[in-house]
Amino acid sequence: MDMHLSSNNGPVVELNEATLTTGAPRKERLVVVGNGMAGMKTVEELLAKAPGRYEITVFGAEPHPNYNRIMLSPVLAGEKTFEQIVLQGRDWYDANGITLLTGEPVEGIDRTAKTVISRAGRVVPYDRLLIATGSMPFIIPVPGSTLPGVIGFRDLADVDAMLAAAAKGGRAVVIGGGLLGLEAANGLRVKGMEVTVIHLMPTLMERQLDPSAGILLQRELERRGIDVLTGADTAEIIGTEHVTGVRLKDGRDLPADIVVMAVGIRPNMALGKAAGLDCGRGIRVDDRMRTSDPSIYAVGECVEHRGLTYGLVAPLFEMAKVLAGDLAGQEGGAYAGSVTSTKLKVTGVDVFSAGDFSGGEGTEDIVFRDAARGVYKRLVLKDGKLLGAVLYGDTKDGAWYFSLLKDGADVSAERDTMIFGQGFGSADAGNPNAAVAALPDSAEICGCNGVCKGTIVKAITGKGLTSLDEVKAHTKASASCGGCSGTVEALLAATLGDGFKAAPKLKPMCKCTSHTHDAVRAAIVAQGLRTMPDVFQAMEWTTPDGCASCRPALNYYLLCAWPGEYKDDYQSRYINERAHANIQKDGTYSVVPRMWGGLTSASELRAIADVVDKFNIPTVKVTGGQRIDLFGVKKADLPAVWADLNAAGMVSGHAYAKGLRTVKTCVGSEWCRFGTQDSTGLGVKLERMTWGTWTPHKVKLAVSGCPRNCAEATIKDLGVVCIDSGYELHVGGNGGLHVRACDLLVRVASEEEVLEYTGAFMQLYREEARYLERTAPWVERVGLDHIKAALVEDPERRRALNARFLFSQTFSQDDPWAERAAKGVDRHEFKLLADVE
Amino acid sequence: MDSIMTDARWTLVGTIDDIPVLGSRVVRTPDGDIALFRTAADEVFALEDACPHKQGPLSQGIVHGRRVTCPLHNWVIELATGEAVAPDEGRTGHVPVRVEGRSVSIALGMARLSRGGCRKACAHV
Ligand code: SRM
Ligand SMILES: Cc1cc2nc3c(=O)[nH]c(=O)nc-3n(C[C@H](O)[C@H](O)[C@H](O)COP(=O)(O)OP(=O)(O)OC[C@H]3O[C@@H](n4cnc5c(N)ncnc54)[C@H](O)[C@@H]3O)c2cc1C
Ligand code: SF4
Ligand code: FES
Repeated sequence: MDMHLSSNNGPVVELNEATLTTGAPRKERLVVVGNGMAGMKTVEELLAKAPGRYEITVFGAEPHPNYNRIMLSPVLAGEKTFEQIVLQGRDWYDANGITLLTGEPVEGIDRTAKTVISRAGRVVPYDRLLIATGSMPFIIPVPGSTLPGVIGFRDLADVDAMLAAAAKGGRAVVIGGGLLGLEAANGLRVKGMEVTVIHLMPTLMERQLDPSAGILLQRELERRGIDVLTGADTAEIIGTEHVTGVRLKDGRDLPADIVVMAVGIRPNMALGKAAGLDCGRGIRVDDRMRTSDPSIYAVGECVEHRGLTYGLVAPLFEMAKVLAGDLAGQEGGAYAGSVTSTKLKVTGVDVFSAGDFSGGEGTEDIVFRDAARGVYKRLVLKDGKLLGAVLYGDTKDGAWYFSLLKDGADVSAERDTMIFGQGFGSADAGNPNAAVAALPDSAEICGCNGVCKGTIVKAITGKGLTSLDEVKAHTKASASCGGCSGTVEALLAATLGDGFKAAPKLKPMCKCTSHTHDAVRAAIVAQGLRTMPDVFQAMEWTTPDGCASCRPALNYYLLCAWPGEYKDDYQSRYINERAHANIQKDGTYSVVPRMWGGLTSASELRAIADVVDKFNIPTVKVTGGQRIDLFGVKKADLPAVWADLNAAGMVSGHAYAKGLRTVKTCVGSEWCRFGTQDSTGLGVKLERMTWGTWTPHKVKLAVSGCPRNCAEATIKDLGVVCIDSGYELHVGGNGGLHVRACDLLVRVASEEEVLEYTGAFMQLYREEARYLERTAPWVERVGLDHIKAALVEDPERRRALNARFLFSQTFSQDDPWAERAAKGVDRHEFKLLADVE
Repeated sequence: MDSIMTDARWTLVGTIDDIPVLGSRVVRTPDGDIALFRTAADEVFALEDACPHKQGPLSQGIVHGRRVTCPLHNWVIELATGEAVAPDEGRTGHVPVRVEGRSVSIALGMARLSRGGCRKACAHV
């Protein structure tokens, strides 16, 4: 083993020589390296169990007595002073006969001589040694990470550095959106700095919170003036003498006067490692916190126990108890690992999580969302036991859930009401009406309109109300967001007993929500909901991440509401729209290039022929939509096939999309003896204008050159029939499952008008129809008059709709094939993860 | 079940970051394609890439919770067991997965893939 001492290391002082020479039995010497929370907790426990058993020396690298590190966040935010967070003052060490050496880190252990040596050169012998050196902030090794102004968040010195910077104002960038980073960001913001948090993952605190809670937290921090950039990766820290900013991998530069790195911690095990102790991610210890050397213990964040390391105090305290027992000579007692829970210490933001909330086989989610109060709660149950909990906005039952979870208690009896909190439903467990009945009259039921239970009950009994609508009309309860309508119905039921009949339910979007498509869409616009988790919360979804039915619909609604702003959620798209090709029964794909208005050319046909040969494409077919379909293409070949078609000027035909498919045309006046207008040319113009759009369902257009209607325009979503005096516009036709002939919308004189009407019609359909509702059922549902009122009778509105359509098109007319073939977008989609022999 | 586990051949197939969240990637093996799925909670599961209904490629489906919806006719399959969610009935082969750090390995010897049907010897039977 290594020798860490050398004789020329300065003065060698042996401590407490006196006790050695008095003749009294020499006490065992315990040396503690690390004057922090775990080390001192151990000493405290030990003193309680076996007072005076050891002669104790404590080394601390920091110049302070032990303080509550957790409370550094409130110190930063100015809510506490350092004096208030000291755990053991110097007088405590004195009173217990402990020699405390602060500002004096230990630099080496000599296991053979059983001594430690400090930076000051002091050598102290031990009988038992305790390493409790905690951990260090991990500094990501990007260029510039060692510049002055880059600060970790670990000890009082870091807080002092941050406070000094904040006193000058300016900008702070916090790297890392976990617990520490957010507490730092909040503190710096409170101290008046402009703060941006950069977080690599899509949602904040993703290890402790599920995406729903993560988004709520982000919104709250943004409301407090903290900028949050998720999915942002740091490329380098900029600056020459001192940091001046942070550069992201996407090329963005963020100016900064200080950078706080809070991306994680690394167990501080250098001392143990150098001394040859068995180390993994931390110093390895057994269930009694013994290292590979029987005289040396380790405790706290510097250890690895049963393969795990910890970064919270609760487990460290559990370790400390066991270890103190061992040091006190007590038998038994073993540390078996901990279940942890997390709370964020940002005043006014209540976040709690515990256990495993990843869900899974045989698990059951109970999700409660109260949009008006900003509350989200999720409990994960399995086999009648609580497995995990995430609470946002209302964390008062966190401790209760945590104890149920740790005890592995059977919660079957409370299952139906436990989401409401402790004490709920105890009278009549399992009956939500009883739970509501148990509320005091002062309990607020409708957060939007501030209506209390007493008011509602009084209205029900006093005015003889029997339905939700009546309660709404009389009290305004559930008249805004409707989030409390379930509670109001429960109140009606509880008050009226059998006299209450629930209103017939409108068909909800899917099993994840009680709201209809229309209600969700309206809320997205009215409440400015900009992401899927925002919708889940505001509309009180009962699942954590939706299902295969609601996610594509929400993705479309958000895309339609916030063009250019909403980031398309690729994983919420059906495979055809994700792979930009149609999946076939054997898992291969079909490829349909666009042929504008049904026109093609020798060079396009040649390119298609070449692609067919080159990639051995088994079937080539002319479709019912006037273009060519290549069937049986292997997924891995798609980008190469597209590249060749792109090279010949062809783009995606979107034969897979809930979007514009084809614009069918006939030959028209250019060649046909009956043609009245240039139907082919107009078809091409329409297709150029509308391609690439996303719509509730697929959209097909057609232009016929005369009323003989060879392009079958009157069974299209929008069909143009050319006549001598101009153009007839027909809408709402369908040639599919239920054939429906179009309704005549209007006659116009010019191509410009056709284009304007088409844009306006498309946009009305995009904004009003439900996802997967084609124009035919939509027109039947809302009535032709409704559509005429918007488009024909209100030119102002028609122009505005068309303008919105054209605006959204500026973001959607990039050929998705070229993006994938040439720019490598979603490359992983077309490649095997691995090919195993 | 021990005898099965011992002839399992752990094969490193990539890292968790190679699989999109709520997405899937395919591993080609001599026994057929295996689909690896990643949930929102960063768990990884592996199933034979063939739906118990008509062998649809499950890797192409939409992942939600710990389930995937088949792209061909919308059956919903449990990622952990390969079992179809009622009212549909059937089960597809599932393959043990091991995630260490960010690395993902699958146990190949274990799954004798059978195109839409789990071998009787599976641990969950
Ligand atoms: C290829 C094609 C048949 C052909 O060989 O001609 C075709 C093929 C498919 N049609 Fe079609 N339809 C094709 C023209 C039509 C037409 C005719 C037309 O467009 O003039 C219709 C009736 C007109 C209409 O839509 O009103 C048509 C009505 C349908 C329907 C019923 C829609 C409805 O509203 O009732 C479906 C089912 C659906 O969309 O849900 C469908 C769905 C399908 C799908 C996408 C089935 C699927 O989901 O996998 C087929 C796969 C296409 C592929 O892999 O490329 N296809 N389909 C035609 C492609 C046209 C194109 O160039 O894009
Ligand atoms: C800002 C902040 C907020 C936190 N909030 C929470 C929270 O809300 N909840 C929660 O549970 N946990 C929280 N934690 C984590 C908690 O503080 C730690 O888990 C706990 O302090 C770890 O205790 P420890 O004794 O292992 O390490 P520490 O408390 O870090 O103690 C280790 C000590 O050893 C000293 N040392 C290191 N090397 C040497 C050496 N060679 N010689 C002498 N001394 C040395 C260090 O200087 C340090 O003082 C927070 C941490 C921080 C930084
Ligand atoms: S009619 Fe359309 S959906 Fe039906 S088999 Fe033919 S292509 Fe497929
Ligand atoms: S093949 Fe999967 S649902 Fe039919």
